[in-house]
Amino acid sequence: MTDAANPPEGTNPLTPVLTRRWLSPRSWTLHTYEQLEGYSALRTALSAHPDQLIELVKAAGLRGRGGAGFPAGVKWGFMPKEPSKPHYLVINADEGEPGTCKDVPLMMADPHSLIEGCVIAAYAMRAHHCMIYVRGEALHCVRRLHQAVREAYESGYLGRDILGSGFDLDVVVHAGAGAYICGEETALLDSLEGKRGQPRLKPPFPAQAGLYACPTTVNNVETIASVPYVVNGGSDWFRTMGREKSPGPKIYSLSGHVENPGQYEAPLGTTLRELLELAGGMKDGVPLKFWTPGGSSTPLLTADHLDVPLDFEGATEAGTMLGTTALMIFNETVSVPWAVMKWTQFYEHESCGKCTPCREGCFWLAQVLERMVDGRGTEEDIDTLLDVCDNILGRSFCALGDGAVSPITSGIKYFRDEFLALCERNRSTETADTALVGAAR
Amino acid sequence: MTVAPETDTPPVPEGYVRLTVDGRRIDAPKGELIIRTAERMGVVIPRFCDHPLLDPAGACRQCLVEVEVNGKAMPKPQASCTMTVADGMVVRTQHTSPAADKAQQGIMELLLINHPLDCPICDKGGECPLQNQALKHGRSESRFRDTKRTFAKPIPITSQVLLDRERCVLCQRCTRFAKQVAGDPFIEMLERGALQQVGTAEHHSGQSYFSGNTIQICPVGALTSTAYRFRSRPFDLVSTPGVCEHCASGCSQRTDWRRGKVMRRLAGEDPEVNEEWNCDKGRFAFRYATATDRFTRPLVRDRSSGELREASWTEALRTAADGLVTARDARGVGVLPGGRVTMEDAYAYSKFARMALGTNDIDHRARVHSDEELEFLSSTVVGTAPDAGGVTYADLENAPAVLCAAFEPEEESPIVFLRLRKAARKHTRVFHLGQWNSPGVEKTVAVAGAGGPLHSGDLLPCPPGGEAAALDELPAEADEALRQPGAVLVLGERAAHVTGLHSAAVRLARRTGARIAWVPRRAGERGAIEAGTTPTLLPGGRMVTDSRARADIERAWGLKPTMLPDTPGRDTGGILAATASGELSGLLVGGVDPDDLPDPALARRALERADFVVSLEMRPTVATERADVVLPIAPTVEKSGTFLNWEGRAREFAVTIESTGSLPDCRVLDTLAVEMDVDLFTQTPAAVAGELERLGSHDGRRPQPPDVPASPAAEPGPGQVLLATWHQLLDNGSLQDSEPHLAGTARPTAARLSARTAQEFGVRTGQHVTVGAAGGTVTVEAEVVDMPDRTVWLPTNSGPSKVDRELGVGHGALVDLAADVPAPPGAAPASPDPSRPDNPAGPAVQEGTAPTGSRRAGDSGGSHSEGSRA
Ligand SMILES: Cc1cc2nc3c(=O)[nH]c(=O)nc-3n(C[C@H](O)[C@H](O)[C@H](O)COP(=O)(O)O)c2cc1C
Ligand code: SF4
Ligand code: SF4
Ligand code: SF4
Ligand code: FES
Repeated sequence: MTDAANPPEGTNPLTPVLTRRWLSPRSWTLHTYEQLEGYSALRTALSAHPDQLIELVKAAGLRGRGGAGFPAGVKWGFMPKEPSKPHYLVINADEGEPGTCKDVPLMMADPHSLIEGCVIAAYAMRAHHCMIYVRGEALHCVRRLHQAVREAYESGYLGRDILGSGFDLDVVVHAGAGAYICGEETALLDSLEGKRGQPRLKPPFPAQAGLYACPTTVNNVETIASVPYVVNGGSDWFRTMGREKSPGPKIYSLSGHVENPGQYEAPLGTTLRELLELAGGMKDGVPLKFWTPGGSSTPLLTADHLDVPLDFEGATEAGTMLGTTALMIFNETVSVPWAVMKWTQFYEHESCGKCTPCREGCFWLAQVLERMVDGRGTEEDIDTLLDVCDNILGRSFCALGDGAVSPITSGIKYFRDEFLALCERNRSTETADTALVGAAR
Repeated sequence: MTVAPETDTPPVPEGYVRLTVDGRRIDAPKGELIIRTAERMGVVIPRFCDHPLLDPAGACRQCLVEVEVNGKAMPKPQASCTMTVADGMVVRTQHTSPAADKAQQGIMELLLINHPLDCPICDKGGECPLQNQALKHGRSESRFRDTKRTFAKPIPITSQVLLDRERCVLCQRCTRFAKQVAGDPFIEMLERGALQQVGTAEHHSGQSYFSGNTIQICPVGALTSTAYRFRSRPFDLVSTPGVCEHCASGCSQRTDWRRGKVMRRLAGEDPEVNEEWNCDKGRFAFRYATATDRFTRPLVRDRSSGELREASWTEALRTAADGLVTARDARGVGVLPGGRVTMEDAYAYSKFARMALGTNDIDHRARVHSDEELEFLSSTVVGTAPDAGGVTYADLENAPAVLCAAFEPEEESPIVFLRLRKAARKHTRVFHLGQWNSPGVEKTVAVAGAGGPLHSGDLLPCPPGGEAAALDELPAEADEALRQPGAVLVLGERAAHVTGLHSAAVRLARRTGARIAWVPRRAGERGAIEAGTTPTLLPGGRMVTDSRARADIERAWGLKPTMLPDTPGRDTGGILAATASGELSGLLVGGVDPDDLPDPALARRALERADFVVSLEMRPTVATERADVVLPIAPTVEKSGTFLNWEGRAREFAVTIESTGSLPDCRVLDTLAVEMDVDLFTQTPAAVAGELERLGSHDGRRPQPPDVPASPAAEPGPGQVLLATWHQLLDNGSLQDSEPHLAGTARPTAARLSARTAQEFGVRTGQHVTVGAAGGTVTVEAEVVDMPDRTVWLPTNSGPSKVDRELGVGHGALVDLAADVPAPPGAAPASPDPSRPDNPAGPAVQEGTAPTGSRRAGDSGGSHSEGSRA
């Protein structure tokens, strides 16, 4: 493991930590997991004091992998120390961000690493109930988790008196019902409670009043699955990967026009150039045009950004966000306005409707973009798009609204000409079939 | 923008923080929302979803402002309706921050893209927060040139509220009101994105007594009233502040009218009483005053034909005076003013009885009553008021624990219910001594707080009639809760059904230190006690048996000493019995419907037997059929006066509709007295109010409270059960007829019994049962609920369940119970009203009201259609 974690400069940049069992035969079984150090971190953890674990995770600098990058240890520290009410640990396995494909593969290939992480995290936070909220469409994944949870119960890793430590934990696997917004942690809690998923007003924050108004922590799958490695490897080891403020390995999911799309685990701060090399380069050698660093909610980048270090700071400096490290890669055949329209239609469809800017704004933006792509746009529309985006960004109730405008503002920022070209076409009343190569409708 | 330290800066008061808003310094209590702080300074931030009586939502985003905390500007504008103030905070609203202004304009534009802008035909146009704020904070042109989202125009939310989804700005005020304030989540948000909409809730009956409030708090014209929509524009209406005449909650209202006709009523704002709410009865039941059968001219019974005929006031008053003098001089006249009088009118009755008729035979209690109750009222209730030792709404809200006995708040005093629910959502433990977990009980005992924990009280079940015994021996939990300072025991007027209950209440108050509140149903009850319309009390709580108290009144009324009768008179039951047996010769009746009395048959016999009956009334009743003279009197909107609500708080109101020529009772009685050579000086309510003021309340001795031992509940024999009964808020009451939309939200009429009793009598839910007593039978559908065994509950006067009239017995009585043969198909009353698929209660109740209406002469139901009176 240490070899992989400490690659000599210039050699294979892959750091298979979370992914290292994925290629083992029947990697998802408890048997395989136990063979490959599985549940060893749990024994260590249960012999420690819960607060020591929180300190360890803080020291490791593990940041949330669900998109926002909030330090996990700090979040755990918000949970009350003396439970007067039940505490809940909720795993966000909704994985709805367009382009993101890391949590489902992880749970398919190595569900026990998540379960082990759950027990350690729950122990640290004095929670005796853990819910895994899985994207409803991923039925195969729900089944795999059910199986793994059953195995874990049978072997004493879950249930009463885990490994004789006196610690109890129940894990419930819950399937969502297909709404992107239910990945937002407070909407997820409402959904878990059986309500219609809409984000909640904060404060109170989940650590004060989350699930059933009890102290709750919501963490992403990848965040929690990282925990056993932190426990086994220690914080210093963890910090040997990645960068100062964004330590550790990260699963980058590459999709689109690359030769070998898939999940690549590499230290935080790896660049697209390096990742493309790992993925065999652009498909058929057609040049890169634009890409998202972390799903459609993160402003898109261009071929000029191949060397941006993909960690939280690097992405921010480049004017975007790391998001879920879902790299959607588009070559020169794809029309930016068309792609932006598709994404906007997604947000319009997924807006929960609670707040005005996102609900009405996405409805408006989608219509303008559809009109433009249809060749009925005007230059004024571009200004309107940007101004409406400005009226949504930072005004919405939750981050979905902010995310919704990312493709539009960044698309116009880097590819205004393409938007203008659509208007030009409008003026010349041409009805040609040019430009929209990717627009297979 | 730091404020330079000044030497004379006053210290920040304890519990406050100091901030600046638009450059001005202000201290605000910790936890206050920015939007409220700004408002106190006169800085109005536009808003839609924000409402001070609802939990914050932060949904519309209209109220965005710029905020600096700890010297650092927050990167995004903040919703001022969800963010609380902090020390050193700097807030910049649209007045001083271009960013906040731009944010607000942006939201406004977005709100309007899908709004139909049908202001010219919208009920709200002219009083619409969206319209007003759009003009103030919006752009004059929209950049939106694509296709608006459209919906089918209105869908019914309840029988009296219609929703136009296109106009809705999705602020969730209506749904939050329903869930948080009323506790009836009959509507909820459905769908998502731009298709999000308000809709009827899946797992709710749709029944609510408070749905009309949603129309009023909707910041646009999305929710409209079935009865009012499209009938007028706000700017065509004259608004007059008023007070609701329907119950003793004492709601403040605003009456909107034009050309002599009331178009609608809205809740008036009164933080101490109804806050901003009304129940639907108060909001929608006002058309009785314009019913076609209303009397406008006096009637006199024609000697030869025996029929009533119209007469001049002169003739009618002469005839009435002559008849009353004759009756008085024969064996005497009893006076029954009824419980709906204003305090001024009640005072005139009181004075008329004593001065013109020389009697203490007067009682306004047209309902169950007892000597014990009268002792309780004279010792414990009369003279109390918010500033005179009385329990108030605020006391209920702040009480650590409240116990309701013989009182069903939601049915019998809706605003008390709302306040108890509000209290329960914060910290109060609410207990109910009763029979079943009615919706009102549930909504006040187990309440989810705002994201917080569950607070709960409990139902303390007891057999009907066993309330007094139960109060003497409360479960330890309730007893202890009531020992906390500030605890309150609320006693309903139906306590008079249970011997020893008033006494037990007094004993409990002594034992625990809890304070007692007495809540009658009718609006006039409380004031009438003060005005002296009971057989033992003169105005101001003065005892008729107290010579000093009598002397006070004799002086004030300009009577010679010892002219006032000094023995207690007969109560309602006594007056009726004496008239029926010929011991009294005449009756002076004020709008009393014999069917409201505990023994309608006795009332009928009394009316039949009386030599002379004068009835002061607005519309025909059973009394009309027997009256020798009918004197028309004014409805509340056409007169001024005062109601005392249950707190003893004066609720004064002025004339709304002027110059209709109708007269208040006090004026009619004054003129009548003149015909009898007596001067009452009650020409106007103002004159009476002045006299009442001068009289003041009595500071002399008060009688001892009653100490009647608790009697246990009766023991049912074979085939028998105990009857539990109380009134529903919406029922067959005569002030609610000609309001079909309102009737649609009444609760379904059902007989309720426990599973064990149902089994014993072979009854299933949905099957009909017949409850029988000496007076007759009542047959209604049965519903199995959690309730003491061997008990059946019936609504007192809903649909076919007319307990007083048909059974002739009351709460706590033994009745026979039998399962009915299954109703023939087609006769089932539960066939849903096609216009209201969500409320099967609609037709059953409307059917139930029909007999009441058709009983009245000239009231052929259909004649109340809106068109015929427009
Ligand atoms: C619209 C929206 C969708 C989201 N979807 C997901 C998701 O599918 N999975 C996830 O882990 N986090 C998602 N998040 C982020 C969560 O709100 C939350 O920040 C995260 O679960 C916290 O976990 P972490 O601290 O471990 O990253 C979403 C956020 C928003 C605003
Ligand atoms: S931004 Fe507003 S409408 Fe959009 S998903 Fe969040 S809360 Fe819902
Ligand atoms: S109907 Fe009115 S109150 Fe209800 S959400 Fe719509 S705008 Fe708000
Ligand atoms: S609660 Fe009583 S006073 Fe208030 S509106 Fe209803 S009936 Fe009128
Ligand atoms: S008023 Fe503040 S968000 Fe609606």
